[in-house]
Amino acid sequence: MSSSTYVQLVDLAKYFGKVKALDGLSLDIAQGELVALLGPSGCGKTTALRALAGLQELDRGQLMVDGKDVTFQSASKRGMGMVFQAYSLFPHMTARDNVEYGLKLRTHKISSQKRKERSAELLDLVGLASHANHYPYQLSGGQQQRIALARALAISPKVLLLDEPLSALDAKVRTQLREEIRRIQMELGTTTLFVTHDQEEALSIADRVGVMRNGQLEQIAAPSELYDRPKTSFVAEFVGLTNPISGKVSGGSIEILGSVVKTLPGSVTSGTGIALVRPESLDVVASKSGNATVAAASFLGASCRLNITMNDGTKITAQLPSSDAAGIGAGATVSVSLLNMPVFVKAAG
Amino acid sequence: MKQARGVKIWRWSIISVVGFYLLVPLYAMFDFSTKAYGFADSGRTLRAWKVIGSQESLLEAVTRSLITAAIVMAIILFLVVPTAIWVQLKLPLLRRPFELLCLIPLAIPAIVIVVGIAPLYRWISINLSESPITLAGVYSMLILPYTYRSLSAALDSVDIHTLAEAATTLGAGISRVIFGIIMPTIKTGIINGSFIAIALVLGEFTISNILNFKTFQVVIAQIGRTDGQVAVAVSVASLLFVLVLLLLIPTKKRQGAVLDVDIA
Repeated sequence: MSSSTYVQLVDLAKYFGKVKALDGLSLDIAQGELVALLGPSGCGKTTALRALAGLQELDRGQLMVDGKDVTFQSASKRGMGMVFQAYSLFPHMTARDNVEYGLKLRTHKISSQKRKERSAELLDLVGLASHANHYPYQLSGGQQQRIALARALAISPKVLLLDEPLSALDAKVRTQLREEIRRIQMELGTTTLFVTHDQEEALSIADRVGVMRNGQLEQIAAPSELYDRPKTSFVAEFVGLTNPISGKVSGGSIEILGSVVKTLPGSVTSGTGIALVRPESLDVVASKSGNATVAAASFLGASCRLNITMNDGTKITAQLPSSDAAGIGAGATVSVSLLNMPVFVKAAG
Repeated sequence: MKQARGVKIWRWSIISVVGFYLLVPLYAMFDFSTKAYGFADSGRTLRAWKVIGSQESLLEAVTRSLITAAIVMAIILFLVVPTAIWVQLKLPLLRRPFELLCLIPLAIPAIVIVVGIAPLYRWISINLSESPITLAGVYSMLILPYTYRSLSAALDSVDIHTLAEAATTLGAGISRVIFGIIMPTIKTGIINGSFIAIALVLGEFTISNILNFKTFQVVIAQIGRTDGQVAVAVSVASLLFVLVLLLLIPTKKRQGAVLDVDIA
């Protein structure tokens, strides 16, 4: 791809019996980039990450890192920093010893003084300098994952691999920590591959998000592009919420809810199709002569979500700024129209 | 509060009953071993206990049994434990067969083992060594069920796969993973297993007696035939010795676990 391609996954395949964990996955990651792999469980994202770490043998394919073929290099020699989903700190070592562990194993010996400085620097980076002498059982889940991050970064890894590192944590800590991961990653410029099934996580911190399905990459793009311009119905439906609304397609447009909007590339080109409309692409106005009724309204803070039943029985969900939704409550008659944004249209039935 | 006290009473009554059951025979043995010797049927004497120190065959037997136990311990640490970890980590399909193999000694009576193993030991004593220390071989087999139990419990209680993978990505080879990461992690399990094994080795009688090896227990039995009081004194001493060993099993230090509660 670009000249700055640093990591290359080429046509990876891994079959577990009949299950295709990886089925021809190719992916390029630029130096210093954070790429998130997103997908439902069993889509192969973790297998891809583990293959890059050297923890998973492949049936086919090639792995290139910094211009070198590492496909057959053992995991212990690859120099990848990995943070696991499960807590993985060595229980018999303090936080500092955990961070220093990888440094102690380097072939070119580092003086214990240097090692101490490095671990102090990293503990500081993850905000746990004061916990250096704590054992893992004395740390909370979030703290343990921070130490695990520091440990992975201590060896100045070629690539930082994050295998759902936040999924065991509670919501507040999760949001906090993901932002911190992004800050540290930007600060150090470490090329990072992040695997998650949480789309909010992926969309919020990644430079690019790759959506995986059945061992293949369905689409990879910047978060906003992935959201606004999905290339397949799977991506459209997996990332964010959509309302399936059927209409007539012709000449690159579809007619739904009384308006005509452009269709995205990859959509159905003629006949009847089902448009996948984002809740925020809908405009809802209170109107006595409206075409729909509000079944339920939920206040989400800055925005408001409305469950609407169209007069023809179709149920849709709309989301609009709370200020616009003022006065629209359950039972209100409203008129629903479409904002002029291109939509993805999948085949009917 | 009332309920808590009820629980306390219940707990202490169980402990007392068990303690009574364990300590009365011990006391009776001690009482017998210090009874005045000969026709004088009153008074106390430490004669039997003093004889222990002067019995050369006894001291030799103790030394040999301890060496045997140490060898068994080494076999556990460097063979059984790494194998168990290896099987758990790399050969999940062998887990069941391995478990079965380790439990077999429990199912076979000692006498049957002796009959089976006697020709082997005849060959060993002719060609290698007559020392009872060679019993370490058969003992390492006998202790497998007990060691394996505590090992597998310890291995199941931690996510050794993730720990092993974490260490591997940091640059550790397989032996470093086993000896440097996993073994310290399951330390308590290993220590428990080893102490049970040592207690077993020091207390074993059937096999060594039939194979005619003069181990600790065999010598006690021999002394018992000539001087009951000395034999009982030795038994009490050995019981206390094993008791001290078992008390040495460190309980997990977990104080301070709630010391730190700040978020993330």
